[in-house]
Amino acid sequence: MKFVFEKRKTQLKRLLFLIPFISFVGSLFLSGLLLLAFKTNPLMVYGAMFKGAFGNWFNFQETLVKAIPLMLAGCGVIIAFRMRFWNIGAEGQLVMGGIFAAWVSLFLIDFIPPWLVLPAAFTAALIGGGLWAGIPAILKAKLGVDETLTSLMLNYVAIIFCQYLYNVVWIDPNGYGFPGSKIFDKAAWLPRLTGRVHLGLIFALIIALVLWFMLKKTKWGFELKIIGESPMTAKYLGINIPKNIIIALFISGGISGIAGMGEVTGIAHRLTHGLDMGYGFTAIIIAWMSQLNPIAAIFVSILMSVLLVGGDQVQRTMGLPSAIGLLLQGMILFPLLAGALFSEYRVKSIKSIGEAVK
Amino acid sequence: MSDNHAKMKHSIGTSNRWEMYLDNREVILEMRNITKKFPGVTANDDISFSLKKGEVLALLGENGAGKSSLMNVLVGLYRADAGSIYVNGQKVSITSPSVSSSLGIGMIHQEFMLVDTMTVAENIILGIKDLNLVPDMKAISEKISEISEQYQLKVNPSSYIWQLSVGERQRVEILKLIFRGANILILDEPTAVLTPQESKELNGIINQMKKEGKSAIFITHKMDEVMAFSEDVYVLKQGKLVASKRTSDTNPKELARMMVGREVLFQFDKGEYKPGKSVLTVKDLCAVNSKGLEALKTISFEVKSGEIFGIAGVAGNGQQQLIDSVTGLQKIRCGSVYINESDCSNKNPIDYIKAGVSYIPSDRLGMGVAGTMTVLNNLAMKGYRDKPFSSHGLLIKSYFKKFAENMIDLFRISTPGPETIVKFLSGGNIQKAILAREIDSCRNLLVAAYPSRGLDVGATQAVRTRLIEQRDEGKAVLLVSEELDELLMIADRIAVMFEGEFMGIVDSSNTDREELGLMMTGMKRDQVK
Amino acid sequence: MIGLITSLLAITISAGTSLLYATIGEIYTERSGILNLGIEGMMLMGAVTSFAVSYYTNSLFLALLIAMVVTAFMALIHAFLTITMKANQVVSGLSITIFGTGLSSFLGKRLGPESNNFNLYGVNGKNFPDIQVPLVGDWPIFSAILNQDILTYIAYLIIPLAWFFMYKTKKGLNLRAVGENPRTAEAMGINVIRTRYIYTVIGGMFAGIGGAHLALAYTPGWNEHITGGRGWIVIALVIFAMWNPGKAILGTLLFGGINAIQFRLQAAGTDIPASLLNMLPYLVTVLALVLLTVYENYGKRKIGAPSALGKPYMKEDK
Repeated sequence: MKFVFEKRKTQLKRLLFLIPFISFVGSLFLSGLLLLAFKTNPLMVYGAMFKGAFGNWFNFQETLVKAIPLMLAGCGVIIAFRMRFWNIGAEGQLVMGGIFAAWVSLFLIDFIPPWLVLPAAFTAALIGGGLWAGIPAILKAKLGVDETLTSLMLNYVAIIFCQYLYNVVWIDPNGYGFPGSKIFDKAAWLPRLTGRVHLGLIFALIIALVLWFMLKKTKWGFELKIIGESPMTAKYLGINIPKNIIIALFISGGISGIAGMGEVTGIAHRLTHGLDMGYGFTAIIIAWMSQLNPIAAIFVSILMSVLLVGGDQVQRTMGLPSAIGLLLQGMILFPLLAGALFSEYRVKSIKSIGEAVK
Repeated sequence: MSDNHAKMKHSIGTSNRWEMYLDNREVILEMRNITKKFPGVTANDDISFSLKKGEVLALLGENGAGKSSLMNVLVGLYRADAGSIYVNGQKVSITSPSVSSSLGIGMIHQEFMLVDTMTVAENIILGIKDLNLVPDMKAISEKISEISEQYQLKVNPSSYIWQLSVGERQRVEILKLIFRGANILILDEPTAVLTPQESKELNGIINQMKKEGKSAIFITHKMDEVMAFSEDVYVLKQGKLVASKRTSDTNPKELARMMVGREVLFQFDKGEYKPGKSVLTVKDLCAVNSKGLEALKTISFEVKSGEIFGIAGVAGNGQQQLIDSVTGLQKIRCGSVYINESDCSNKNPIDYIKAGVSYIPSDRLGMGVAGTMTVLNNLAMKGYRDKPFSSHGLLIKSYFKKFAENMIDLFRISTPGPETIVKFLSGGNIQKAILAREIDSCRNLLVAAYPSRGLDVGATQAVRTRLIEQRDEGKAVLLVSEELDELLMIADRIAVMFEGEFMGIVDSSNTDREELGLMMTGMKRDQVK
Repeated sequence: MIGLITSLLAITISAGTSLLYATIGEIYTERSGILNLGIEGMMLMGAVTSFAVSYYTNSLFLALLIAMVVTAFMALIHAFLTITMKANQVVSGLSITIFGTGLSSFLGKRLGPESNNFNLYGVNGKNFPDIQVPLVGDWPIFSAILNQDILTYIAYLIIPLAWFFMYKTKKGLNLRAVGENPRTAEAMGINVIRTRYIYTVIGGMFAGIGGAHLALAYTPGWNEHITGGRGWIVIALVIFAMWNPGKAILGTLLFGGINAIQFRLQAAGTDIPASLLNMLPYLVTVLALVLLTVYENYGKRKIGAPSALGKPYMKEDK
């Protein structure tokens, strides 16, 4: 007797929603075992995390603040993944967006009217992130170079370039050697809604909605879906695959770039460290968990942000390492990845020829 | 009598000499009552046969007749649902390729099982169990050279596979099996990829193998191959064994008839044949296949409005390249393709679509539909660019739905609903969905590749009726098919393709199965007559 | 001048050792057709576990062993998800890295002595001493090569062995076939699934040694940023070595050398070219990928990534 996987004849819609939930619970459970091993009550930790993320207005704001770049980068990744283009360069695209926005806020600002500064920074971030994603896209579309590895490598080029800028080139001469540019002029500060929650939240929500609309309701979204689901069919239908890859990836990187702009002009008000916090990598987990749906990505981003902020709070209140949040994030995909198989395949037992005649 | 026939007669003569001690030879392999089912198809239905030492037998049948799956069961790539296998009189259980290989059974697949980045010698020893951890490549190379001398399989053991021609690669495959001590060699369509010269060399190799006491099974659909190589021939049709014959007791005509068989004929209401102006004009077209080898050699023809132009021939004789060339899916080397007098040579698929060309591809699930998307979306995939499917870049989903319901109704697509994922439909209904989409969008030319392949009787009839409808409406239809009955029934003119060339173009009212069958095996029309 | 070269070379080799182990491991994994982007997480876990064990037991051998066991287990998760469960290799690998980063950081703050608030950061444990080869170990240049720790000496041996194993042995032949053409390999009687499991786990163990070398030899001790992104450089180095363990040495020396020069420049107080030098490995890798692809497009020969890299293998296709 042997077991093989057979493609399911019917798709289980309910599993599509159930599996991420089970994964989350599974990840809590596995991490709970680890915490128990260190003689810590996992329920207390999770309770503290929840309180840390939602407990009071200030904490909740912090959760939203961290969710902003995650939502944006998550949406960026979703566009690319919809086409089965494995763009894992959201981190670098976010950083590039931040750099371009900082350039507008530091230099271009002297040549344009104040009201134009933020729109210009927004556009610059879009272009910066877009160009950065455009490199692997063009290499893939024109030459067939594997996008996974190129987009991964470009992350670090962007990160190191950014460090070079704020450590050396754009360093604030009056900053006593503190690594970072000078504080931007007020005109380049992204307005805040409340506390530290900046306008980026609105950007993220609008972009997620627009993206959802675009993917679901437009001709272009329809074409992207066909390319992702069956490239052969797309070619047969006369859809220009290389052109679509390049356009989609420009937008994908551009949205991640706006996440970078939000961090630079909305939070730090200067170019400094903290852009490469791993948002771009978490975004990949978010895209996968939300099953490439931008609306779902909003909620999954908040969940991931809860883990991050909750982790920080656990450190503050219980003296436990904040890394618990990261740990939970990393673990959350294992049950999801393992579970995906069961929504697409079912296990079937087969008999070998020798046994069949016995 | 043609040259080809003379050649065949000669080969039959050679096999007669072998018959002298035919019956004394021991039976080394027997397959008894093998049944293998795949979801929806029975690939092999209760098949039995035996093979003797030093014997060469042929498994003859069309694509999908079940030849390859039977042999895959024998080498352990598939497991049969029922039946048993005996090797040298012992009942065996072949659960994996390594088991069959240890029993002395080896198969040469159509797609060669070779690793391009490794050398001939490395490929030959790959996976051998009782090899030293550090194989002595020098000794191995010497042994390979020895065998290649003995069997006239010339190849350099230290060459890389990617450096070799197709014929040389096949020799490596044969060498590999002999090196591993295979006594039974299975060859899947061995000459399909070879030049005539290489085929001749293969013939010599096979004779040499027989002399050395090796047995071979050919999977083939080519008559001249059967006549030239085999002693016994087994004919498979739709998973069943329909005949077994001594090769010397039969002839190509009889075999062709048994292989293609006859099916119940339907009558179709077909309007009078009134060809109009030329819609598709192909002039001196030549093209290469994906491996860069010549697949089409200066083909010229016209398809007129109000006619169905059929293309007959065994699959793999350049039909796919021809279709791809007239739909923009592949680049052409020379010649030209005109749609309604406008030059479309080497334009993109979108230009052909805009010129009013519709295409029903043979690869339904891979190309014809995006399998993981809904019926509704698949039906809209041609029309979505324009009104009323979309306006100002936005999809009008309500129209998608209306259109889908309309099409489901009109083409009698049996589906739980328009939102069903298309891959869960039966093959016939997937084909109806493609047909619905392509016919609805067809303005000038409809290209249909093997449109009834693998379909049940009802779906087949539906497909054919639709094609005739299109013709009667004054469109041009290019129909590529392997089924002669289908072509004779619905096509107005039929061209027969063999090795990238037209053997001739005939009026369907003025020809018969025999004539077409002989042209399919490589005879020019003037030789047939 | 000779002195400068010698000291640069010494740092280069020392910095390159951990890269070398992880790179050779990843080459073996990728050659079987599995892309493991979890190396960064595994190196971190190798570093933290080996350091903790050496701190408590004073046994370097045990420390190394535990590191290898832990990272082998992580690789096993990756193998299970990508081979058996056929999950996306990129996503699974990234998950492993995020998980490893989180867990190593957590452990680093939990496994330490109570006196240090359970923190491993800032405590000293036993580490691999440099061993000087008598006589020649004194000579200029030679002293750079022959005054290193035991793991580095073993690495000298591993390079030719890893090359020999891959290109000259039966097992290596099977491995290459599995990554290049799994269907053929299976038809030739090689167990594709098992082969992929084995080399994914072996790759994980090598990443563990790489991490352990950081914590026990190169920069003794533990801190959260001990790998400094080396796990990603490893992915780049594999490409740079064109999936050949013999060529891994060149890339490792080059990138180890960049490390060393940077060390020097930082000591000299300039920061400018140093950070730009850091960019080099990644840029060179992108360039290498482009050149490899273009070469393969125009030439007939395949020299780049194993053909089946990143693709799940389904046994019965029909």
